[in-house]
Amino acid sequence: MTAPAASVPAAAWILSQPYMQNAFLAGTAVALLAGLVGYFVVLRGQVFAGDALSHAAYTGALAALAAGVDIRLGLFAATVGIGFALGFFGGRGAADDVVIGTTFSWILGLGVFFLSIFTSNSATGNGAANVRVLFGSILGISTATAQAEAWTAAGLILVLLAIARPLLYASIDPAGAAARGVPVRILGPFFLALVGAVAATASQLVGALLVFGLLAAPPAAARRLTSRPWTAFWLAGAFAVAAVWAGLLATYYVPVLPASFTLVAAATVEYAAAAAAGPLVRAAARRPARAARQSESLAPAKIRGSDPVTRRDRPAAVEREAD
Amino acid sequence: MSPTSLLEDLFAYPFMVNAFQAGTIVAVAAGAIGWFMVQRRQSFAGHTLAVIGFPGAAAATWLGSNPAVGYFVACIGGALIIAALPHAGHIGGETGGVGEESAVIGTVQAFALAAGFLFVSLYQGFLSGLNNLLFGTITGVTTSQVQMLAVAGIASLTLLAVIARPLLFATIDPAVAASRGIPVRAVSGAFLVLLGVAAAGTSQVTGSLLVFALLVAPAATAVRLTARPDLGIALSVAIALMVTWAGEAIAYFSPYPIGFWVTSIAFAAFLAASAVSALRERRGRRRQRRTKEAVA
Repeated sequence: MTAPAASVPAAAWILSQPYMQNAFLAGTAVALLAGLVGYFVVLRGQVFAGDALSHAAYTGALAALAAGVDIRLGLFAATVGIGFALGFFGGRGAADDVVIGTTFSWILGLGVFFLSIFTSNSATGNGAANVRVLFGSILGISTATAQAEAWTAAGLILVLLAIARPLLYASIDPAGAAARGVPVRILGPFFLALVGAVAATASQLVGALLVFGLLAAPPAAARRLTSRPWTAFWLAGAFAVAAVWAGLLATYYVPVLPASFTLVAAATVEYAAAAAAGPLVRAAARRPARAARQSESLAPAKIRGSDPVTRRDRPAAVEREAD
Repeated sequence: MSPTSLLEDLFAYPFMVNAFQAGTIVAVAAGAIGWFMVQRRQSFAGHTLAVIGFPGAAAATWLGSNPAVGYFVACIGGALIIAALPHAGHIGGETGGVGEESAVIGTVQAFALAAGFLFVSLYQGFLSGLNNLLFGTITGVTTSQVQMLAVAGIASLTLLAVIARPLLFATIDPAVAASRGIPVRAVSGAFLVLLGVAAAGTSQVTGSLLVFALLVAPAATAVRLTARPDLGIALSVAIALMVTWAGEAIAYFSPYPIGFWVTSIAFAAFLAASAVSALRERRGRRRQRRTKEAVA
């Protein structure tokens, strides 16, 4: 994952390249954002909604290109708007897969329509812009774009951290959260709108089709390794950042591999490794806990009897008590 | 322009004849297999298989062989792998499903798309081909591709006819079917392979990303209109044929691509059927209320 010790000067030299600086700056910020938001996407079982939002990003971007306005305007308008609508009208798990799938394949079809308008209108509009929207161009972004991406990502991370606590509560126990006064009904659509904003931000780096590599794989890997919510949350962010760094280094040393591929491949490898190592890590984490519990044999039977499967589904407060 | 000269115009080029032949074969297979897929709630498995076909076709193009071979090898291979996994029947089942499982599907899709992108960039100067693989084309279907589709279509429909009854039984009530001696796992595995064939064929008309238009939307439309299996399958095939033929014809005469027309027509049919079934439901409820009032 990191460069070998002998190549430390080489690593420093990589970072002196302006395009690599831009890629690392934007990539790190966006990866952290995608990993953290992705943790909740996976926890709430909204992976397909996220998939649908990344399709909307494609159509929004091409509509903006066809209309000749800033691509970011189309991206954010489409993803945030559709995310909010999905959360508001769809409800949680109410719309079935056939409805979501058919609607979003039409939205993609609409994207192809805008693509043909765009390519026939502009003399310079060749397939390159389309490929960039689909598969991203993290190595081709300007310094201004990189900074804008980093600031956007930082802002969205702050928004997520502000709602993280009630969101976790509402995700694990919606009824309990509602009873405690958490605005569950507003939180759902708001969160999907946030996921839309993340899809719009991330699609400028890795492309609308590959946002998923950062949004789903790192959190899934983190959840394989730990059942504690906040540990998994931060681990997901760290895994996403590690995937971007590893991907950028890989594409630098093997230029024949496009950056979008190495990024997603790194995230996939992380998940595969976590899936293989998961049982071992969890067993190791359980052992000291069990030993501690056995030593204080006066612990209430309810807690002693709790196995890791049910523990995962309990709110953080209970989690802390149990440990 | 008279209808006959319109048709003459439509089939003036051999590529359009090929496109219509391929579309017809694919629509029949996708309509029938899609109906079972919608009943089994496996539409995201179908989508995943189609996405897996994309790197297959891209790799085949890069290696200089027929992309159709790449589609079939990748889709059927993917189906065999999914069938070999535990809980094969549940993959892509409910919306979102368990977070973990859908996250795995999402990861697999992203990786497949990334790998396809890798092959496309290894094969330089392939930028317009990328769009054809993802969003479909009417100009790229070769005669050998049509022949391969015909063989695959006939083989898969024959297999479907053989397993149709046990498959339907295993779909509606797996536990009872198993207790009656139906090999539920084998039937489900065979169906996944059929789904792989259908996804590979559909990808060659609509592109890897838009398979929902032929594989899911016609079947979902039919299911909303009738609950009877025989009528439903016939209707699903008929709608798939209509969507394909209309999509290809309009794409030929208009400047906009087939992917847009096929998805739009399929979506319109699905919306219309949803409206009809909602109206029917409301009328049924009103009648129920009226009979209740009459009884009271």
